[in-house]
Amino acid sequence: MSSSMIIGQYVPGNSVIHRLDPRTKIAIIFFFVLIVFFANSVMSYGLLTLFAAGSAISTKIPANYLIKGLLPVWFLIVFTFLLHLFVTKEGEVFFSFLSFEFYTGGLIQGLAISLRFFLLILVTSLLTLTTTPIEITDAIESMLGPLKKIRFPVHELALMMSISLRFIPTLMQETEKISKAQASRGVDFRTGPVKERIKAVVPLLVPLFVSAFKRAEELAMAMEARGYQGGEGRTKLRELHTGRLDIYAYFLFVLVIIGLFITRS
Amino acid sequence: MDITFKDVSYIYQPNTPFEHRALSNLSFHIRSGSFVAVIGHTGSGKSTLLQHLNGLLRPTAGEVDIGSYKISAEGKTKDIKSLREKAGVVFQYPEHQLFEETVEKDIGFGPLNFHVEQEEIKRRTQEAIEAVNLPEELLQRSPFDLSGGQMRRVAIAGVLAMEPEVLVLDEPTAGLDPRGQREIMDMFSALHKEKKLTTVLVTHSMEDALRYADHIIILKDGRKHMEGPPLEVLVRKEELEQVQLDVPEVIQFLSGVEEKLGYSISYHNQDIAQLAKELVAMVKGGR
Ligand SMILES: Nc1ncnc2c1ncn2[C@@H]1O[C@H](COP(=O)(O)OP(=O)(O)O)[C@@H](O)[C@H]1O
Ligand SMILES: [Mg+2]
Repeated sequence: MSSSMIIGQYVPGNSVIHRLDPRTKIAIIFFFVLIVFFANSVMSYGLLTLFAAGSAISTKIPANYLIKGLLPVWFLIVFTFLLHLFVTKEGEVFFSFLSFEFYTGGLIQGLAISLRFFLLILVTSLLTLTTTPIEITDAIESMLGPLKKIRFPVHELALMMSISLRFIPTLMQETEKISKAQASRGVDFRTGPVKERIKAVVPLLVPLFVSAFKRAEELAMAMEARGYQGGEGRTKLRELHTGRLDIYAYFLFVLVIIGLFITRS
Repeated sequence: MDITFKDVSYIYQPNTPFEHRALSNLSFHIRSGSFVAVIGHTGSGKSTLLQHLNGLLRPTAGEVDIGSYKISAEGKTKDIKSLREKAGVVFQYPEHQLFEETVEKDIGFGPLNFHVEQEEIKRRTQEAIEAVNLPEELLQRSPFDLSGGQMRRVAIAGVLAMEPEVLVLDEPTAGLDPRGQREIMDMFSALHKEKKLTTVLVTHSMEDALRYADHIIILKDGRKHMEGPPLEVLVRKEELEQVQLDVPEVIQFLSGVEEKLGYSISYHNQDIAQLAKELVAMVKGGR
């Protein structure tokens, strides 16, 4: 069904990238997103592309899966490129067609911006492809830890996040199940006038809400029964730790940053 | 309606790391009017198989023929909606699909989608609620006020009201109390005979398979492991053990009697009391 969209989907594996501490991945990606905007020469773009592509390859996720999964994004990238090509009027005219004139400035800017865009999407989707939602939540809780001092409810936030993440696949399965059941009773979700199709959503949404509320109630009860009483004094089942692999990763990334500022023009 | 699977394979999420082959080269034929039990371990592909019977899934390879409808990977099946009217599916935990304000409306929802006349819907609703053995007073209640067992019956009534020719049942009694299980299965069996349905039942209960079915298909990892009439299939201990299934207790008992005492009693769905009588007669007769 929606299997072609991979943004946000975890692919199990045991690659170097999978084994990194999630905090390392988040930190590196955060700074990568910042430094992408400093690239301004062919060399500097090349360096960043090399880093992103290298990371992508070392995840061992099949390339055609990555490329196809980003398909919806390709459209945006191409659109960005065309927009710049048509609108920017700098540099020399290098091509004219009918009444359109294309400028070198537009071409270069179009290429640069769509490449930036691509790098951002690729690197951020590598995070979710190689890190389980739970790991990401743990990492965020740990990284926001200092905010507890100002009474920011970090633990509760993390708990809410992990519960929502945990139930997304469940809700998706449920949606599929119920839509199949209603389709068997003659509901047509795909064809027909728009008004009918909107009406067809009711038999899907009502059961979904009912079961979501029921689940929430059961979960709350189960948590209480097992003595849950908030974050104070709770120990962790999964401890995060930064190891040698993470140090290598930071080291490599610092080299990339230094390289970037050398190759900038 | 006759149902034929020709070399059917089904793959979930093909060409992704999550690719999963749920059915492999499955072929079988179900004669119109028969009662078929599909048995297999969790994950052996039973539910996937069922979803081919009304075109919810299309085979990745091969073809499914149901009456005059053909479902294959390529061609669009014309009139998929009318196929869905003729092949009614009771899903696992069908009570999850209830949504209307009243039981009556929910039962009538299927027929309404297939453009059945109001009068006729009323008649079918009455008949369906009687068939599932619920009091008529419930018709005006909200389905969400009912007990779990009652909700299950309402959901089943909703499928029966479509008056399908093929009834597809995915573990329809899972999670009910033993008496409720027996009642619902007896009801399906009676309907099957009365309306000359073709029934396909997924079950974990070897006893149910033996009691109700006239043909049995056992799946293992998406392939056909065994197929045939119950009394031929359900006695093959070694093959059944390969898929973690047991010979039904009655059969175990009768073959034990034959082995130890030398009395051979043929089984044709007698209940315990009758079997005891036959055994007593044999012992007294001194044969
Ligand atoms: N929507 C789906 N996406 C991916 N895999 C699935 C999906 N539905 C079922 N499967 C897989 O297909 C196999 C057969 O499932 P199913 O037909 O539900 O088995 P059964 O009903 O016999 O328990 C299982 O291994 C299951 O994990
Ligand atoms: Mg199943």
